[in-house]
Amino acid sequence: MIPELGHFALILALCVALAQGVLPVVGAWRNDAALMSVAKPAARLQFLLVAFAFGCLAYAFVTSDFSVQNVAQHSNSRLPVYYRFAATWGSHEGSLLLWMLMLSGWACAVTLFSRNLPRSVIARVLAVMGLIGVGFLAFLLFTSNPFARLTPAAPEGDDLNPLLQDPGMVIHPPMLYMGYVGFSVAFAFAIAALMAGRLDAVWARWSRPWTTIAWCFLTIGIALGSAWAYYTLGWGGWWFWDPVENASFLPWLTGTALIHSLAVTEKRGTFKSWTVLLAIVAFSLSLLGTFLVRSGVLTSVHAFASDPARGVFILMFLAIVVGGSLTLYAARARAVGGGASFGPISRESFLLANNILLVVAMASVLLGTLYPLIIDALNAGKISVGPPYFNAVFYPLTAPLVFLMALGPIAAWRNASLPDLWTRLKWALGVAVVTALLLPIALGRWSPLVAFGMFLALWVFVATVVTLVQRLRSAHHGTLMAKLRANSASWYGMLIAHVGIAVFIVGVTLVKGYEVERDLKMDVGQSVDVAGDTFTFRGTTPADGPNYSAEIGAFELSRNGKLLRTLKPEKRTYLVSGQPGTWAAIDTGLFGDRYISLGEPVTDAGAKGAWSVRIYVKPFVDWIWAGCFLMALGGFIAVADRRYRLAPKRKSAPAPVAVPSAAD
Amino acid sequence: MKARHRRLAWIGAGIAVLGVAVALVLSAFQSNLVFFFTPSQVIAKDAPQGRAFRIGGLVESGSLKRDSDSLTVHFKVTDTAQTIPVVYTGLLPDLFKEGKGVVAQGSLLPDGTFRATEVLAKHDENYMPPEAKMAVEQAHQKGMMTMRSMRESDKPSP
Repeated sequence: MIPELGHFALILALCVALAQGVLPVVGAWRNDAALMSVAKPAARLQFLLVAFAFGCLAYAFVTSDFSVQNVAQHSNSRLPVYYRFAATWGSHEGSLLLWMLMLSGWACAVTLFSRNLPRSVIARVLAVMGLIGVGFLAFLLFTSNPFARLTPAAPEGDDLNPLLQDPGMVIHPPMLYMGYVGFSVAFAFAIAALMAGRLDAVWARWSRPWTTIAWCFLTIGIALGSAWAYYTLGWGGWWFWDPVENASFLPWLTGTALIHSLAVTEKRGTFKSWTVLLAIVAFSLSLLGTFLVRSGVLTSVHAFASDPARGVFILMFLAIVVGGSLTLYAARARAVGGGASFGPISRESFLLANNILLVVAMASVLLGTLYPLIIDALNAGKISVGPPYFNAVFYPLTAPLVFLMALGPIAAWRNASLPDLWTRLKWALGVAVVTALLLPIALGRWSPLVAFGMFLALWVFVATVVTLVQRLRSAHHGTLMAKLRANSASWYGMLIAHVGIAVFIVGVTLVKGYEVERDLKMDVGQSVDVAGDTFTFRGTTPADGPNYSAEIGAFELSRNGKLLRTLKPEKRTYLVSGQPGTWAAIDTGLFGDRYISLGEPVTDAGAKGAWSVRIYVKPFVDWIWAGCFLMALGGFIAVADRRYRLAPKRKSAPAPVAVPSAAD
Repeated sequence: MKARHRRLAWIGAGIAVLGVAVALVLSAFQSNLVFFFTPSQVIAKDAPQGRAFRIGGLVESGSLKRDSDSLTVHFKVTDTAQTIPVVYTGLLPDLFKEGKGVVAQGSLLPDGTFRATEVLAKHDENYMPPEAKMAVEQAHQKGMMTMRSMRESDKPSP
């Protein structure tokens, strides 16, 4: 009964979405207030219906209703309850429903935080989101019904993939989808602006906080996924340039470009049509990513053959959204117009360079991700494009990006001068160069790549500090607190996010430069020295979990003869599927991790209880994720800026901002 | 007029960055594209000597042997028509099993053994690497040998 109610709610949601997608646009076009006012209640109702449907599916999972096919295939009564709940989005159908929940949730949020927007803008924005909702609801109902019944009901479920039975996997998909889908708001604002043919600084100020929040969630989502891969896959890597990862990274790169381009549009009223194009591309890539990952295209192009209806629907939907919005863009971009001019050395020009580099880097990742699919589709053989390609292309393109990142925030709008930048930053440059040259020696082994990476990180960090200090010093009067308060939250957010990049680069550089990876066979009682630490294997003991049995190893970690702690990696066998799972034990520290995972028992005649094991020492690896969280934190702080909450005064572009800031 | 020149300069800069990117992509493609070959193709000497490539198929049942004093393993990859011996040093992925699909990356040794530098793990036990599936299907189509139909699920990997 409950699944049928959920199914019914989805059908109703589709009807509501249709009304939400059509009526307000007609209203905005004919200037009919009654039709426009349909948008808000429709968006809220749609959210309630989708949330109800999602609740029904979650209920079916939590209560292990195996008469629902989706539940029978992706859950099991022996799973702990929080994994049964998380299994709701562990399947193709469930994850699409989560997508839909996020989309309607964002639309509902727009209705709640848009009191200051003109009615026609809200009507158009919500209509665009309604139309996207129509596409997804139709996809759910016609090709991927999450509530399809199974007759006869299964006595027991097939189990959730053991790799997904992890706390990180409980929060990773919702975070990632919040980000992915959040770009739909920026997209809707862009399309609404194109429809109206009016786009100004006020538009950018409406659209900025939404874009930044979506970007923050996407950042956290990607970081969680990366951390999950690090400790669950048992390989100790944090990024594999796997197509599934790239699918989330593409909208992130475009979204990063969009945030910066929006800053220029808001502050200087320029880059307008480019900003709109980026908003369209960012959301299109979110769609592409969702479909690449969820349709099975990535595992093989031929997976389309398994359910042609799904593949065809996906391609049609992508074609309509991308083709339609680009056509609208081509027709209306002129009306949106360009903007004020700026000098060749100015904050605008640095941000433009940022955008060019980010977009080109995104294009190179996109090419590497799609190329094998295209070759396969053309029947020209099977190839793979691995990490060496991405490393060879991505790093050279992003290094200048990071270098310029230090200059952008300190350069003046419109016209900056190189001699002035040199005076302000020469000490920062000197400190960064000298420290970067010396630091690798202190760390034990000099290498040009480590020195270069550290230079970039230090350069960004020191220049950001200089930017802060100089801004505070240029305020003439008042206490330090008053000076601090004189700057906007979004400016501090920007500084924090940039420091996050520096922290991230430190992590990447030092892991790459100094990690030690040893695969070896260990007998019980045997000790091995890795990077200054001693690991002693004390054998394994069997143990039972709720839905698995495990062998738990014991490794004593000691330094200079002093026992630090015992690490307990696990090798699990999940009872239902019989699938093994490796759980690494990690000694996490500020300056690096010691990482052990069990391979398999080595059964020789000679040694009893010996195992093959993997011991890694990963210096500064946690800085990678710390950097990501700092970036997201910076974004959240930026969104808290009070100017986004102030009612915009009509016709007072560019900015009726209370704080005297030239903030990012 | 001046604004137009400036715009041209920016477009020029954009094209320059794009040019650098294209050069990087081409050179990276040249050296880093990894092609895939089935065991039959390797036996037919289609695969490159001295360059990394991938092979895929099934791990032949009963072929897995471990060296006693190191982590070196030997196994055979088959597409049911032809078989290639593989040697690999390191830990095998969790889902590596005899009779199951596998994809390995590495290069051919002079004696015809494939030295794998990487044995690929997949996320899901029901999932057959598409390359491995294709290798078996191709051999199957050529009618070199009949084989029980292989069940394969289209579950997407997470």
